[in-house]
Amino acid sequence: MPAYEERLDHSVIASLIEPGSSVLDLGCGTGELLYLLISDRGVHGQGLEIDEHAIYTCVARGLNVYHGDIDSGLSEYPDGSFDYVILNQSLQQLIHVESVMADALRVGKRVIVGFPNFAHYRTRIQLFFHGRAPVTASLPYPWYETPNLHFLSISDFFDFCRHKNIRIERAEYLGDGGRVHKFPNLLAEIGIFVIGGRIETSPGTEEADK
Amino acid sequence: MSRQNDLGIAETHTVTISPPGGLQLECGESLQAVTIAYETYGKLNRDRTNAVLIVHALSGDAHAAGFHHGDRKPGWWNGFIGPGKAFDTDKYFIMCSNILGGCKGSTGPSSIDPSTGKPYGLRFPLISIGDMVHCQKLLVDHFGIERLLSVAGGSMGGMQVLAWLTRYPGQVRSAIPISTAIRHSPQQIAFNEVGRQAIMADIDWKSGDYYEGPPPARGLSVARMVGHITYMSDISMHDKFGRQRKDCIQPFKFDPDFEVEGYLQYHGENFVKRFDANSYLFITKAMDNFDAGRGKPLHHLLRGIDAKVLVLAFKSDWLYPTYQTKEIARACKLAGIEASYCEIDSTYGHDAFLLEIEEETHLITHFLKKVYNGYEVMTDNAGI
Repeated sequence: MPAYEERLDHSVIASLIEPGSSVLDLGCGTGELLYLLISDRGVHGQGLEIDEHAIYTCVARGLNVYHGDIDSGLSEYPDGSFDYVILNQSLQQLIHVESVMADALRVGKRVIVGFPNFAHYRTRIQLFFHGRAPVTASLPYPWYETPNLHFLSISDFFDFCRHKNIRIERAEYLGDGGRVHKFPNLLAEIGIFVIGGRIETSPGTEEADK
Repeated sequence: MSRQNDLGIAETHTVTISPPGGLQLECGESLQAVTIAYETYGKLNRDRTNAVLIVHALSGDAHAAGFHHGDRKPGWWNGFIGPGKAFDTDKYFIMCSNILGGCKGSTGPSSIDPSTGKPYGLRFPLISIGDMVHCQKLLVDHFGIERLLSVAGGSMGGMQVLAWLTRYPGQVRSAIPISTAIRHSPQQIAFNEVGRQAIMADIDWKSGDYYEGPPPARGLSVARMVGHITYMSDISMHDKFGRQRKDCIQPFKFDPDFEVEGYLQYHGENFVKRFDANSYLFITKAMDNFDAGRGKPLHHLLRGIDAKVLVLAFKSDWLYPTYQTKEIARACKLAGIEASYCEIDSTYGHDAFLLEIEEETHLITHFLKKVYNGYEVMTDNAGI
């Protein structure tokens, strides 16, 4: 993904976060966003990342980061540990989306989710007219080396939230030239949502490891 | 790391401290006075805020870095301590002391019992990791240091790091536990027990009263051989020895045929020259009895602590598997203290904490820098 778009989604997320709040960034990578949030918004940040070399960069940036898997690393945190839990560009790579979302909504007072929109018009064109798995700026990987496991659209995410009784507090859409205000499911490459509420899960899983 | 970054000649010093009322031990007994062997590297700054305590593992000693006069081998963590290294002696004042119960200058079972005029042997009290840390605290106080910049160590050293964090939380600004555990698993206790049984089965052990005769060399050597196996990994043994045979023909059927046998025997026999069998018994028992949480979940004891923690582990370590270090990281999470956790890819097994210089150096250097320089900036409102 080109650097300018990274920065745009990061600055949008930064603008959504109250200064001085506590943040858990799931799949924080080399810690660019977390570092931005700490330096610009004065947050108290914690990252979780699976890649060992990304951890080295995070530590060099002075960040607090845990080496581990999002799918299993979240259940340990007590309820409401953070003002915000961030899943930026990591939702589509999770194995257990529902349980991680449930945990994220439990651990964070709010959750910020950012993901590539699979229904963007360029994706649709590549699939419909060329008949090939799309490779775009926000979905930059060929099919054989993509880390993405789930391909969802902005409309899919709305359906998911409705189905799970998740409250959408705010939605931001980013496209070619910046923010997108109309027809986001067609024109936005990235959707960023601030969500809240709780997902009811089967008994026992929520209070585990307290 | 090139030799030019080494410290040059290092010297072990001793100090004898008699706390009022003696040194009270966790077992209920006490020692009138305690002698602590230590080395220091670098300079203590005027405010005494740059002191880092290095704590050693089972068979370590105060000689962590530099060279003793006439020695060709440097201290046990020389790759990490020196100018420009992870524990940079141009910036920090590094201290390392031999543990209580040891045999390299600090009071231990081979020391003279003042009440009998003979070595303690088994009359030495059953010491704990907490007692070792208590002695280190006396040494740190002796230097007039109120708060350590960091405490760092691997394996049993990591246990001492955890004991520092939970017993003297106000006295440490950061902690680096490496390849360690909150408490020993049955498997770890089992390996230690094999070592102890080997020593006690040696006819020369004589219930610990061997100081006037030959030491239980065979027993201690077998204990060390078992230890060495647990410090390596399947892969590292393959890489180091394969199934390679020694090239000479052995006169006795069960002389070592394979390189790995020769290696273990050599290290076992060498260990006897530098280590006391009773110390091995007392120290391994202290490790087995250790529980950083003292009967409670560790995060209860860590809650509210104003210290930054860096937990390190190695993937191929099967003696202290990563699930154990993860538990330490988990306790930090639950306690809401500032912490980082990294599982370093290595094939060296438990020995990795002594050998993976590059990766550890990167992480420790930046972590310490943050604690030393960036402390005020980042943690004006510590905790999450």
